[in-house]
Amino acid sequence: MSLTLFLIVIIAAFAAYGMGRKRAYAVVDGAVTKLHSRPSYHGFYTAIFTALPAMLIMPLWNVIAQRMIDGAIRSNFSNALDQMTTPQVEAFVRDALAIANGGVVSFRDEAKEQAAQLVASLQATSSLLLSICICALALAGFFYAFRQITPVKRARHVVERVIRGGLIACAAVAIFTTIGIVFSLIFESLRFFGQVSIFDFLFGIHWSPQSAFEAAGSDASSADNSIVFGAVPLFAGTLLITLIAMSVAAPIGLMSAIYLSDYASDRFRAVAKPLLEILAGVPTVVYGFFAALTVAPAIRGWGESIGLSVSSESALAAGLVMGIMIIPFVSSLSDDVINAVPQSLRDGSAGLGATKSETIRRVVLPAALPGIVSAMLLAVSRAVGETMIVVMAAGLAANLTINPLEAVTTVTVQIVTLLVGDQEFDSAKTLAAFALGLVLFVITLCLNVIALRVVQKYREQYD
Amino acid sequence: MDANAETNAVQSLPTGQDASAHELKMQAEKVCVSYGDKQALFDVDLDIKAKQVTALIGPSGCGKSTFLRCLNRMNDTIDICSVSGRITLDGRDIYDEAVDVVELRADVGMVFQKPNPFPKSIFENVAYGPRIHGLAGSKAELEEIVVSSLKKAGLFEEVKDRLMEPGTGLSGGQQQRLCIARAIAVSPSVILMDEPCSALDPIATAIVEELIDELRANYTIVIVTHSMQQAARVSQETAFFHLGKLVETGRTDDIFTNPKDPRTESYITGRIG
Repeated sequence: MSLTLFLIVIIAAFAAYGMGRKRAYAVVDGAVTKLHSRPSYHGFYTAIFTALPAMLIMPLWNVIAQRMIDGAIRSNFSNALDQMTTPQVEAFVRDALAIANGGVVSFRDEAKEQAAQLVASLQATSSLLLSICICALALAGFFYAFRQITPVKRARHVVERVIRGGLIACAAVAIFTTIGIVFSLIFESLRFFGQVSIFDFLFGIHWSPQSAFEAAGSDASSADNSIVFGAVPLFAGTLLITLIAMSVAAPIGLMSAIYLSDYASDRFRAVAKPLLEILAGVPTVVYGFFAALTVAPAIRGWGESIGLSVSSESALAAGLVMGIMIIPFVSSLSDDVINAVPQSLRDGSAGLGATKSETIRRVVLPAALPGIVSAMLLAVSRAVGETMIVVMAAGLAANLTINPLEAVTTVTVQIVTLLVGDQEFDSAKTLAAFALGLVLFVITLCLNVIALRVVQKYREQYD
Repeated sequence: MDANAETNAVQSLPTGQDASAHELKMQAEKVCVSYGDKQALFDVDLDIKAKQVTALIGPSGCGKSTFLRCLNRMNDTIDICSVSGRITLDGRDIYDEAVDVVELRADVGMVFQKPNPFPKSIFENVAYGPRIHGLAGSKAELEEIVVSSLKKAGLFEEVKDRLMEPGTGLSGGQQQRLCIARAIAVSPSVILMDEPCSALDPIATAIVEELIDELRANYTIVIVTHSMQQAARVSQETAFFHLGKLVETGRTDDIFTNPKDPRTESYITGRIG
């Protein structure tokens, strides 16, 4: 129903555009230069007035109508609903709506059927009213705008303003989503810190939220919770894996960037660069089972052959594979900053008799250093936030160790394990996931801000 | 080969000039350059005299910068560029297999159109060349080289209190003199300058021109310039390029007062270019 309405409004807008344009030509007898705005702006102006109010009323109407129908059920069936608890009432309303819309409901009864009939009739009325309302709005808007088309009408300004408004709205969606996420993280974390002290969380060295089951979540005393929610092993594990990943990705990524930007022939680069970027396109879950099924057993076999005890899920395996994963990230960012170093500096160095590698070591890399540093920081924030590989290859045991051959766990892995499965949503256990998420968010945010700052400073040097 | 040089000199110079007073530093014979399929230089023969300033003039795209870049093999850095013919420095073919391009560029320094100091301190900019060539045995020696190079480039008095500040913070003219000091620091015998004043204001240009005139005492200088006044002011020898060909070469005074080729005359009187 609303789709049909939507299409009608769109068609009306197109028609309004054509008519507005035509009228603009007509009011000046084809002498377009006499118009303040070009005819197409008058067309847009008419179309906007036709479609925009009608479009805006649609979602608003739906929200309000839903509320009213909801209220109608509750008041009409108050006898049946009075004995029910809140979740039961909600289920009743939900079922009534479902029956009305032809859905399948498990427990049908008389009251529900009646409620469904009521809902159906209310919905029919509502959509009829909505259709009338929209048509009226569209027509009113159209005639209002159509009558305003005169040579002096500043239609262009209105159109520009509406376009600007639309763009602002799009940007606002992204911004407000971010803000919403941050606030939900903060508020849920605050609830968690109501149960577990922030100090114990950030500095405790014992992490075993599964045992929080026994002294379960919200009912448990904060002393019990504090013992099992010490996040230091997770931070240590994240740090260890990130270190391993970066010690793979940083040198390989940087060297390949140098090769591609300064040594490779154009033809080779044309082939190699997309190939390298394919690495970035491999889904992380593929890297994950590669790490778990190929690399980890290989490392274990190798370790055992020289008499080391290697656990089957090791920080080393996860770190190595994660390093491979972020190579293209490092190399393409570094490649950009190395290419941004002006050719004139390379020429200047070559003109003094420096070899290629001397030029790169002494001129290009120092000049590109801030950019490279920021590329590395972005790669680190990528590695810290990476989930799939570590879930599959790093293990779940919260060992506080710096031995890369042992299983460790990371912040992201623990968030996953805390939230999968049936969970009570207000237990300390699930709330801990939000707190971990907040920590992760703060870390990556800081890294990104620092990286962007460094890049900005660097850009200023050359432009 | 020497005989050839003699005849060239005789051809391009009227008798009675003191041409023979300066020995030849570099010689180009039948130099052709092409970028891919496009030929940029056609059979250029040019003698460059020691301790003289040779100006290469001509309209844009005539190949003068290309020729300049052949003289220290800077064209090597461009993949599609191919050079044929023979260019000698003190009688040695610089395109010979045995020639190390690093040594060649240490002997034939280059100053570019746009000042391009490295994003390092003034001191490090000048010390760069001596460091990579291992010219200084000790820190004191290195400092001496830096100071004397800056002095020769006429920059020392202006920057002596801020040697550790970045070279990019200097004014355009100072940056260009820093680049000249940087080139001097590896003690080359030839300095190539590719429109060294085109990015500078008139006052900075005058200072750099004066410097070029002073440097002539110790260095052979080849300068590409768009400004005929500049060629007339700083050079002793002038070579006029047009459409990839060397049209005329000779004493600067002669070229400007008594050009032999009608194209040269049109150019210096402003009719083509």
